[in-house]
Amino acid sequence: MRFLAFSTRNRKELLRDPISLIFGIGLPVLLLLVISLIERSVSGMAEIFSIENFAPGIAMFSLSFIALFSGMLLANDRSSSFLARLFASPLAASDYLLGYSLPLLPIALVQSAVCFITAFFLGLSVSVNVLLTILVLIPVAILFIGIGLLLGSIFSNKQVSPICSIVVQVAALSSGMWFDLHQIGGAFKAVCYALPFAHAVDLAKITLAGGGFTAIYPHLLWVAGYAAVIFALAVRAFKKRMKA
Amino acid sequence: MLNAVEVNNLTKRFKGRTAVDSLNFSIKKGEFFALLGQNGAGKTTTIRLLCCLLTPTSGDAVLLGDSIIENPTAVKQKLNVSPQETAVAPNLSVKENLELIAAIYGSNKQEAEVKANKMLTALGLSERARDKAKTLSGGMQRRLSIAMALISDPQIIFLDEPTIGLDVRARRELWKLIRELKGKITIILTTHYLEEAEALADKIGIMHYGKIRMLGSLDQIKEATGQKTLEDAFFMLTEKEVE
Repeated sequence: MRFLAFSTRNRKELLRDPISLIFGIGLPVLLLLVISLIERSVSGMAEIFSIENFAPGIAMFSLSFIALFSGMLLANDRSSSFLARLFASPLAASDYLLGYSLPLLPIALVQSAVCFITAFFLGLSVSVNVLLTILVLIPVAILFIGIGLLLGSIFSNKQVSPICSIVVQVAALSSGMWFDLHQIGGAFKAVCYALPFAHAVDLAKITLAGGGFTAIYPHLLWVAGYAAVIFALAVRAFKKRMKA
Repeated sequence: MLNAVEVNNLTKRFKGRTAVDSLNFSIKKGEFFALLGQNGAGKTTTIRLLCCLLTPTSGDAVLLGDSIIENPTAVKQKLNVSPQETAVAPNLSVKENLELIAAIYGSNKQEAEVKANKMLTALGLSERARDKAKTLSGGMQRRLSIAMALISDPQIIFLDEPTIGLDVRARRELWKLIRELKGKITIILTTHYLEEAEALADKIGIMHYGKIRMLGSLDQIKEATGQKTLEDAFFMLTEKEVE
């Protein structure tokens, strides 16, 4: 249970440096408010900007900041000798990865909850599907935690922040939250659906609309598969770093 | 078992460069061993090998009966380290840093708190217990770093350049603290301050280009080199390769 002590430390480090957390929660909420208000004022806006379509996209976008949180936490620890001290302790590689990941899951749940509570005020129907959507977004959160841990294991603390910003942008642009990928079609759509982010948004949209397991299963599998591969790569990179 | 550390042909190579070259030495239980050398001599790599932070290219070291290659987990449970650079969690308080390390080495919450309080008193950190570690001065952070290394009750402690960058007063205070540990646990200190080794160590190893050039007490080194001071002996043992 050594990982619990490390996990507690990471939770405190994250919560005591709240600027990035506020940014990670506040920016998506601001976007949701602005786009919804524009959508109400301007007639003829695309269907993707209706609250039931846009809120799941914003929820995914919000979770993409988790990569920044986990990446920066790990990279900052690496930049000091703090991690070297811990590497000399009896902590195993699994303790580190659990310790870094666990405190981020409640934060991810709060992010999703804040996003959907905001959406309620903008006209989203209150239903049990919202709770299910928050649950199916957990693998998406794990995917972004894994991306952050992978980047934090490879790059320095000065490199992680801009690289994670690129990840956030790629996630947003390829997710279909800003434009309908089916209308664009072609190679762009194929590339976007080869990545996990469009599947993450579809997963949330379908669950919110009350779609059954058969409908969400392919998207869930795609996201979970990516999360597993990214986490495996992060474990490998972290173990290599431990012996570097 | 008289020896805390037995190093046998320990070697580490990095892409064609030999950082540690066939080291052979032993350190007795309770001994204060200082490893001297210029920057790049291989001191930190040696410490990293003994702490199981690096895998040797060849050779082995046995710490209190356990091999760093065959049983690193058992080795890690017996030692603790105060790394060269500041190694504290910046947003945790002084007490929380101590409790964290105690918990990582197996203490439950109550035990960790008792140990932390004891360590705060012993190292004169009680007044700053609630302050975040990042608000401490450099000297106080080093003090905390050493307290974090001691809280697990290690049988062997590694102090890697503990006084580097400290002012004279902070260094002298840290020496006093380190001196109080002598005889209680095995201490392995790396430093390039010769006066630090002279003031503190029972046994000194002079390292140069990855090799141990001389090993012994201060008097033995002076006698073997025919020099009056450790500094003269150090220069004599290390200058040839510099030219």
